[in-house]
Amino acid sequence: MRHQFRYDWKVFWRSPSSVFFAFVLPIMFLIIFVTVFGNQRMELADGELVRGSTYYLPAIVTLGLIQSTFANQAVSLTASRERGLLKRLRTTPLPTSTFMAGRLITSAAAAILLVVVLTAIGRFVYGVAVPTTTIAAGLLALVVGTFTFSALAFAVSTAIPSQDAAVPITNAVTLPLYFISGVFIPQELIPSGVREVAQVFPVKRLYDAFLTVFDPATSGAGLELTDLGIVAAWGLAATTVAISTFRWAPRTA
Amino acid sequence: MITVEGLRKTYGQHEAVRGIDLEVQAGEIFAFLGPNGAGKTTTVEILEGYRHPTAGKVEVLGADPARADRAWRARIGVMLQSWQVEPALTVRESLRQFAGYYPRSLPVEDVVRLVGLEEQGDTRAGRLSGGQQRRLDLGIALVGDPELLFLDEPTTGFDPAARRVAWQIISTLRDAGKTVLLTTHYLDEAQALADRVAILVDGRIRTEGPPESLVAGHATRITFRLADSVELPARFEPTAMADGRVELHSHEPLPVVYALTAWAVENGVDLADLQVRRPSLEDVYLDLTAGTHG
Repeated sequence: MRHQFRYDWKVFWRSPSSVFFAFVLPIMFLIIFVTVFGNQRMELADGELVRGSTYYLPAIVTLGLIQSTFANQAVSLTASRERGLLKRLRTTPLPTSTFMAGRLITSAAAAILLVVVLTAIGRFVYGVAVPTTTIAAGLLALVVGTFTFSALAFAVSTAIPSQDAAVPITNAVTLPLYFISGVFIPQELIPSGVREVAQVFPVKRLYDAFLTVFDPATSGAGLELTDLGIVAAWGLAATTVAISTFRWAPRTA
Repeated sequence: MITVEGLRKTYGQHEAVRGIDLEVQAGEIFAFLGPNGAGKTTTVEILEGYRHPTAGKVEVLGADPARADRAWRARIGVMLQSWQVEPALTVRESLRQFAGYYPRSLPVEDVVRLVGLEEQGDTRAGRLSGGQQRRLDLGIALVGDPELLFLDEPTTGFDPAARRVAWQIISTLRDAGKTVLLTTHYLDEAQALADRVAILVDGRIRTEGPPESLVAGHATRITFRLADSVELPARFEPTAMADGRVELHSHEPLPVVYALTAWAVENGVDLADLQVRRPSLEDVYLDLTAGTHG
């Protein structure tokens, strides 16, 4: 297991597109959004007013987690499949579970590292208050989010026909959801009908869970069980799909 | 090592493999020779456990490959026809990664030396030439110290010098007591390496045996060129004639050559480029695959 992780980790950091889309880009987004909107007042769905920096830090944490565990993972799984690497691994004694675990742990580790970096930038560069009473809730959101978006990566990769299609397809899935979930645009500017639609998807739900964790007005543990439950349900559904449709052989010969 | 009885594989309407029987002994180098689309890769991928046969019995290392476990996979080494090593890892890293999957693997440095990649050991696989990548691929197939190796077109795309090197490596495997099943569409490769060859055409084995015995039943070729003005007596039964070249086939070449040269000397005829040639695997192959393309 450690053996497999070591090489997956190396491959992650040596791939310019992994490092950019799953690491540099979220940091760029954080800096851009917080610099531009950091001092504005934003209204949440329940009428609460928060600082722009408090709004965008959990938004970009959500985005970063999804970029690393979902988007990058789906692209890299597709590439490994189309290059024949997955097929080749099938003839080695490497157990399937170890292979999957290596990939999962790699993206989870990258996501955790990114969340720490983002939070540190938010805290020390932009002075965003990071509550300490909600750390447990934050870790739970991290675990549930990692599980769900990794499972979605495995499930969606099975539907991606070729290596060339991987980046456009994952972007086509994530970008609209980032927009309607308020990751880029303040929620008060999103029509309520659209917000209702976003409630169905795990992006908005995970964001809401992180928002509560980072909101200084949160009293108590800040655990959003409904939101995390819906995120987890997506993860279980994706796991079922991935198990029945995952393929090892390339689609294009 | 390998036993195959009545193997068939159908894809929809297309029958890729139409009844193959095969027996490969331990320590043997066995070659599948045939044109593209003959069913070579399909057969090998069934033996590797990737594909399930439509009909027939397959046993590799005492087990059904389709139901084989990790211990079985630890005993085989595979070189697929087309796959790409992770381009971001170096030669040594890739070999170490794969070595880690096997219970008893060869020292990585030995493998690097064996496949002749000492100078590229710390180069990322993505920067290797096509031939070097293929050699790394062979190294990865070997690193788990398997008993049985499947090499699917191991030298396709090699230049002649690289092919010689690869042949040498495969010969050392024979000396190490490995069993090798390889596919190729290069006749010289099969002739140089294989203890036994099966010629596969349209999903069937047309002929099978040591390269020597495959050519044994075929006639010796006597070829030469004649000036346009000269006519060869019909009793020599020339079989092929194109742009002045004449070819005679005979199972007893000595009297034919004697009669031919006697006729030439008597009539003052020049038999330019006279050659007497044992039949090659190529002649057998061309006879068998005549009418198919590839």
